[in-house]
Amino acid sequence: MTAAAQTSAKAPLTIDRVKEGDRIPELAVNVSATTVILGALASRDWRPMHHDRDFAINRNGTRDIFMNTPNLAAWFERYVTDWTGPLGRVGKMKFRMKDSIFPNDTMVFRGVVKSVSTDAAGCAWAEVHVSVSVGEKMCTDCIARVALPANATDNPWERRGNRWKP
Amino acid sequence: MGDDIPNEVKSWIDQVRYEENTEFPVEMGYVWTTCASVENGNPLFWDEQAAREITGGQIAPPTMLSVWFRPHLWVPGRTKQSQPLQLHFDLKEKLGLPEAVMTENTIEFHEPVRPGDRLRTRQILRSVSPLKETKLGMGRFWVIEVEYLNQKGEFVGKESYTGYGYRRAA
Repeated sequence: MTAAAQTSAKAPLTIDRVKEGDRIPELAVNVSATTVILGALASRDWRPMHHDRDFAINRNGTRDIFMNTPNLAAWFERYVTDWTGPLGRVGKMKFRMKDSIFPNDTMVFRGVVKSVSTDAAGCAWAEVHVSVSVGEKMCTDCIARVALPANATDNPWERRGNRWKP
Repeated sequence: MGDDIPNEVKSWIDQVRYEENTEFPVEMGYVWTTCASVENGNPLFWDEQAAREITGGQIAPPTMLSVWFRPHLWVPGRTKQSQPLQLHFDLKEKLGLPEAVMTENTIEFHEPVRPGDRLRTRQILRSVSPLKETKLGMGRFWVIEVEYLNQKGEFVGKESYTGYGYRRAA
């Protein structure tokens, strides 16, 4: 369990502790070829531009192999749930892919809470804008809608059917 | 390349084009490999007791939704390589657009996906744009939705992909 998850498990992040403009702590990750290849194969993406440097350079015209989108989605999920703890339940994610991430890049995740709301079923939501950048270059941005406990006894994972409207 | 969308492609809009079962049941090995790949220590995936207390049992990370329907690279007897999101490749071929990129991806998560689940997917074309010129070349945007259901018929999620198929500028 990460330190963030341990902390959150002890004191779950409830919606009353979140407000518009809150920033999620940055996460910086040094990307290696292993990061890219492990991520591609873990997401069952066998396409060569994610593991074959010659193919990426000569066929795709990129400078190296690059991270695949499904694994990037897994990075975004990890970033958001490190912040919320295990009771946070992601309902929706929208990605816009702008640029690629390569081995030897340092990718930095940043997030800010754009809004906080409660829907008709009483589910509490935070809309978070997350981005991953390399230096000044923003590579992918993501709007995540994540359900948080409305109070100390609420658990968004217990919501089903009409009580879950992501 | 005229601006007319072929009637065959028009007839695909809002129809289920492919309905497929995943090739293997959801399993924790891939869950842990995925979590390791992004250093995700969420106890929902590593601690069975925490998963039982919070989600009623073990679950897969929601963002793994599309992982479960990517075909094996090889299976005995298969002569043609199976493509994930076949509809995307059909559109490239029928519209005569040899290159394509995904520009947007939206994923909506419903019932949690659990080990042992056998998922079913449905690929549906929602729209195809008129010809548009971008920095990549001349082409069309299209929106494909993929619906995911489990073996009980419960809706587990939906993905929407915006693709841009194009012909490189000369």
